[in-house]
Amino acid sequence: MEKVDLIRARAVPLRADNVDTDQIIPARYLTAITTDGMGDGLFASWRYLDTGEPNPEFVLNNPEYKGAEILVAGANFGSGSSREHAVWALAQYGFKCVLAPSFGDIFYNNSLKNGFLPVVLPKEAIDALWEVLEDDPETQLWVDLRTQNVRMPDQQSLRFEIDPFRRDCLLQGLDDLGFLLAKEDQIAAFEAGRARPAAA
Amino acid sequence: MGKTLFDKVWDRHVVSSETGEPTVIYVDAHLIHEVTSPQAFAELRSRGLRVRRPEQTFATMDHAIPTRDIPLWPDDAQAQVGALRDNCGQFGITLWDIKGDVQGIVHVVAPEMGVTQPGMTIVCGDSHTSTHGAFGALAFGIGTSEVAHVLASQCLMQEKPKTFAINVEGRLAPGVTAKDIILAIIAKNGASGGVGHVFEYRGSTVRNLSMANRMTICNMSIEGGARAGMIAPDITTYEYMYGRPYAPTGKAWNDAVIEWSALATDDDAEFDRSLDIDAGALEPMVTYGTNPGMGVPVTGAVPQGTDLEDEQQRRDLEAALDYMGLVQGQPMQGQHVDIVFIGSCTNSRLEDLREAAAIVKGRRVADHVEALVVPGSKAVKAAAEEEGLDRVFAEAGFQWRGAGCSMCLAMNDDKAGTGKYVASTSNRNFRGRQGPGSRSLLMSPIMAAAAAVEGQVVDVRGMLR
Repeated sequence: MEKVDLIRARAVPLRADNVDTDQIIPARYLTAITTDGMGDGLFASWRYLDTGEPNPEFVLNNPEYKGAEILVAGANFGSGSSREHAVWALAQYGFKCVLAPSFGDIFYNNSLKNGFLPVVLPKEAIDALWEVLEDDPETQLWVDLRTQNVRMPDQQSLRFEIDPFRRDCLLQGLDDLGFLLAKEDQIAAFEAGRARPAAA
Repeated sequence: MGKTLFDKVWDRHVVSSETGEPTVIYVDAHLIHEVTSPQAFAELRSRGLRVRRPEQTFATMDHAIPTRDIPLWPDDAQAQVGALRDNCGQFGITLWDIKGDVQGIVHVVAPEMGVTQPGMTIVCGDSHTSTHGAFGALAFGIGTSEVAHVLASQCLMQEKPKTFAINVEGRLAPGVTAKDIILAIIAKNGASGGVGHVFEYRGSTVRNLSMANRMTICNMSIEGGARAGMIAPDITTYEYMYGRPYAPTGKAWNDAVIEWSALATDDDAEFDRSLDIDAGALEPMVTYGTNPGMGVPVTGAVPQGTDLEDEQQRRDLEAALDYMGLVQGQPMQGQHVDIVFIGSCTNSRLEDLREAAAIVKGRRVADHVEALVVPGSKAVKAAAEEEGLDRVFAEAGFQWRGAGCSMCLAMNDDKAGTGKYVASTSNRNFRGRQGPGSRSLLMSPIMAAAAAVEGQVVDVRGMLR
């Protein structure tokens, strides 16, 4: 997994609450058996017109936000389906981080497992960011995982919370599977200690 | 202080809980399907790992498969189904294949087979895994990385969620169903109201529900923001389970029932949050918007933006109504319907089909409506045909399909067209969920049956017999 530490980039304001994973990547893009090629499906129903042409009204198609690596979204971002494809699509498109007042639980977990940083900020901060980013798409944000701070355009710093274990995993690029496999002795002891076998 | 049902199941599955680390919990049953598992098996192969407990993993095909006889499947569906067959074959996993007698929506089949049992931890790469909580299991959806974790280690790293009691008391009026209970809960508590929590559905109304109805409610816990929803096991649970293929037998059954009966929340246990629902006051529900919290009683109307305090909520309402082609203050009754879909892991069990058929019997689907019934499993389909429900539906003008997820998520060949209104018994009214540009109106099976006959949203209570 790629390490995450300081993300210093421009950001896209996505003014909507409850952006579900069907919006992030519609089910018709879930037909692959690999993780490749998901970026094309990102926000497909919003990004493309029925003709397949880019929808000029959608913020990601605004050339002023081209190259942005941070998405600033409304509450309950990533709710709905468990599809990890949503995180793969965001990451493959070029995003490294999403700022939102809250996240769907499964999406939040999936993000951490892909070196993709979900940051919870107060709603007022998100509202303020939307205003600033709409006024000036050139605005750079700093999201610093080491100090757990987002530096706002007014130079104020906003601290965000993240589980310390998760933070360390992201900073070091460690994935969970190695951690779990190292628990083999405890897993075996747990299985041996059960009164009756589980499903079988 | 006593423990909740959730606490009891959680505590029994803690493998390791060290300071500064997430808790590692053991997974009793792992369900997989063709869409979210191939990349997990690829991960296993790339690391040279085995499946740790293949006998605790069960697979079926449901999401991508067609539900009607078509000579040639799309290449991508064939590839996903083919990959699942190869993976299950190579790693020794039980596969309920579409070629066999057992197959269907994973959350319908596993309970039917007796794999789903009280007190278990159950996961699947599908958010509607919450369905299995109806048996008093702790069941939740996971992403594909976690599917790989469970395949390789039979464990997951988890932060302990908080508990949330949903107390439902009172007697449901005729025509008001389990689907209306859960839609009302989400309308009241919001689509994100349960984030970080596990719901426990409690109270006399819940106790009186069948297993099919309990599964309908637990299924949509995720639509309320909770990853899991649970109901304490009781005699209704045991009667449903007894004699199913993977259920314990003989002395093991008796021992299990004693153990399961101790799982219920203790009288002096405390929940982090709670919500009370008066079941007697509920009406049939229908959604008007683009998240499942946007629901009202069928006798009601689309809300007015002026009723909302928050500016972002007003914008979201306007955007949702713009997408849906509805207007503020519009009564729900009389809303035009193009397609009726009775199916999905929420509402495709035998009871759902029976109730819908009772409304449909002797009536005709409106001329302009395309209506389909998609049983949740081959077993449901066979049982329904045994009772003649297929003929009732067919005579009324419904299509009678094979088992699968079908038009719930539009990744197979059942899709609603752009701008079409779908009266749907499924769980999500997200934009484009049932096909690009489709407009979903979520409701119960009997409400959907009534909508099929009238060609518009109607109050089913006027059509009960």
